[in-house]
Amino acid sequence: MTEPIPSAAETSPAAPVLTLEDVHVRYGGSHILQDVSFDVPATGVTALLGRNGVGKTTTLRSIIGLAPRSGRILLEGNEIQDRTTARIVRGGIGYVPEDREVFGGLTVDENLRLVDPDRGVDAPVVARLFPDLVSRRGQRAGTLSGGEQQMVALARVLLRDNVLLLVDEPTKGLAPKLVTEVADVLAEVARSTPILLVEQNLPLVRRIADRVVVLDAGAVVHRGAAADLVADADLTRELLGVSMRREGAA
Amino acid sequence: MSDLVLLLVTGLGLGALYFIAASGLSLIYGLMGVLNFAHGVFMTAGAYASWLTMGALPVEWPVAVRLVVGVLVAVAVGAVVGLVVEVVLIRPLYRHHIQQVLVTVGLSLAGVAAAQGIWGADPRPVEKPGWMSGTTVVLGARLPNDRFVYVLVAVALFAGLLALLHLTRLGLVIRAGVENRTMVEALGINVHRTFTIVFALGGAAAGLAGVLYSQYAGSVSPAQGSSLLIFAFIVVVIGGTGSLAGTAVAAVVVGLVQQLANYYAASGVGDLSVVLLLALVLLLRPTSLKGATA
Repeated sequence: MTEPIPSAAETSPAAPVLTLEDVHVRYGGSHILQDVSFDVPATGVTALLGRNGVGKTTTLRSIIGLAPRSGRILLEGNEIQDRTTARIVRGGIGYVPEDREVFGGLTVDENLRLVDPDRGVDAPVVARLFPDLVSRRGQRAGTLSGGEQQMVALARVLLRDNVLLLVDEPTKGLAPKLVTEVADVLAEVARSTPILLVEQNLPLVRRIADRVVVLDAGAVVHRGAAADLVADADLTRELLGVSMRREGAA
Repeated sequence: MSDLVLLLVTGLGLGALYFIAASGLSLIYGLMGVLNFAHGVFMTAGAYASWLTMGALPVEWPVAVRLVVGVLVAVAVGAVVGLVVEVVLIRPLYRHHIQQVLVTVGLSLAGVAAAQGIWGADPRPVEKPGWMSGTTVVLGARLPNDRFVYVLVAVALFAGLLALLHLTRLGLVIRAGVENRTMVEALGINVHRTFTIVFALGGAAAGLAGVLYSQYAGSVSPAQGSSLLIFAFIVVVIGGTGSLAGTAVAAVVVGLVQQLANYYAASGVGDLSVVLLLALVLLLRPTSLKGATA
């Protein structure tokens, strides 16, 4: 059995940037999220972990307003659960979805100009973090490699001033070298903007995450320091069904 | 040879009308996923608005001038009707596709009934500028001048919409929304405002189509928009929803097939040929000629 779940205040001493209180998500007859409550501190990376299908992506989508939910969601103390997705994003939450979802028919520059109409790929943050995109500005995003598409998806949200980033499986399907590059970018971004990260790659979690929240069957079953979880092989196996020794490097 | 030239030009003119009618329909479905059966009402509203405007203007004014004013009024009426329908009827029903279909079908039936109640079921003749009623001889064929007007208007509309889609911020949002409107919203863009604008644009194009089709038919009638809508839907399905270039190509193909079949087979076979063409395209290429890119 796992240890009792500590309260949000015990694991998040600073004022949280995001708070979920008793969040439920139902699709038809399925109860996907059940009474989910946790805080995301205002600094560093919080990793949202769990086996496949436990509700990690749904949690992010409920925060951003893309999943029908009940309960309270607070961003910097303000309730956002009744706002539209666009308003939530303009309020400071950047969202990088699973599978990138770049606009394949638009060029790299056009993908970025959707968020920053004046600068697009010429924005300083693009040159600093994603220099390869500058030379591919006129290329259709649908013709980019998976890693490059991930860079577009990340660059797109970084063009806005965010108070929190939601990043869903950014390394899914990427080659090891690209995983490292994405991890570097996330670590750099996390120095100024807190991140709620859904990720299956435990070595990456160990490298960049400060805290973890583990879901199982739509409910929070563990909260704590990332280092403590990944250092405890038995707990990792029990909560996630994997062993760190079998995971690749980030 | 002269027969073929005549058929090609008249087929092109018909295709131009289909394109004008289908362009708004294609953008609306491509971006919003709304199958707008009320598009025919927008066309009918435009046609009657132009007819009433031309009748209200001083008869001393040249017919061409009155027609231009009528077109402007029809475009404005189409846009306003589109905007009101989107805000009042469609917006509350996003995510409820069946209800959307029912509402737009109901509106199309109500629109025809309302027009019949107000102006009667009989076609009302429309005035046509003298030049548009005449013909021009090209390669031995006497070509109706109005077909050149339809083609020119369609080309101008096509160029204008392409410029809108590729040179403006609104166009960028529309193209992105046609691909993935959820993600557009997830980037902080108010996609519902874009929906309203696109519906108004579609209504304006429908109003224009209504006027030009009444010029083509020589009259306005309550069910005119509905009959044009059938071909507009066929064009959209063949060309690919949300694909302006696909819509243009499909409109020309449908217009030409219809004219050629009517002449070389038998009168009335044209409509059947268009339906067969639709079936053929769906069988061979279910994703349409162009796919779903704007």
